[in-house]
Amino acid sequence: MKIGVVVSEGPYTHQAADTAYQFVKAALDKGHEVPRVFFYHDGVNVSTRLSVPPQDERHIQKQWTALAQEHEIDLVVCIAAAQRRGLLDENEAKRQGKDAHNIAEGFRISGLGQLIEMGIQTDRLVTFGD
Amino acid sequence: MSDIKKFLYVNRKPPYGTIYALESLEVVLIGAAFEQDVSLAFLDDGVFQLTRGQNTDAIGVKNFSPTFRALGDYEVTKLYVERESLDERGLTEGDLQEITYEDEDDDWEEKPSIRVVSRAEMAEIMADQDVVLSF
Repeated sequence: MKIGVVVSEGPYTHQAADTAYQFVKAALDKGHEVPRVFFYHDGVNVSTRLSVPPQDERHIQKQWTALAQEHEIDLVVCIAAAQRRGLLDENEAKRQGKDAHNIAEGFRISGLGQLIEMGIQTDRLVTFGD
Repeated sequence: MSDIKKFLYVNRKPPYGTIYALESLEVVLIGAAFEQDVSLAFLDDGVFQLTRGQNTDAIGVKNFSPTFRALGDYEVTKLYVERESLDERGLTEGDLQEITYEDEDDDWEEKPSIRVVSRAEMAEIMADQDVVLSF
């Protein structure tokens, strides 16, 4: 089965990004496909590459990046939600005249259309959030 | 993209206090371009999103409630509001904005977009969907 995943709460404050990660791993283990994960609301904060949690804690962004690279998952960060919250890739930083960008490897910034497209193209859409 | 799917956007939170309501509406507006079968559901505190006469001057955030009246232009014409959620909050349909659309299949007659339904009917509407996005 093709499963699309939405993460709509921020990392560490909320368990959504962790549970989504465990869910995606379990789904892949069972032989399902997870072509895309869409990060929305505060979920976009998962994608910052500047997160430095204590060493004895999980690193949520790195977990996602590694999983995405291993299984070719498209990690999409909503551009409108990201810009509100100070998450920019190199192109957007340039376009907005900002002196830094902070999107981690394995994530890409794109529009809400990618969320709708995921809903159309997958068999199930599973949301992790409040 | 051959088949048209039924998308339901479920709005459960008040319009202000958190960003969910605004960012839900943003998905609806973008999603309209995909020409799917779109419905919106308003329940729990989500029914406050549709109340008339919202004024956000004192809290310094944008009042986005007029945008709901534009949904008809995006061919989003089914706004289901749960009756029990209204009752529990002391609201009636009269407390909600008038939101209409022009029915292209009926000589562009102006019709109400808001449909107040019971909790049981809402459950059936949800069960009938292909994709449910909850905010």
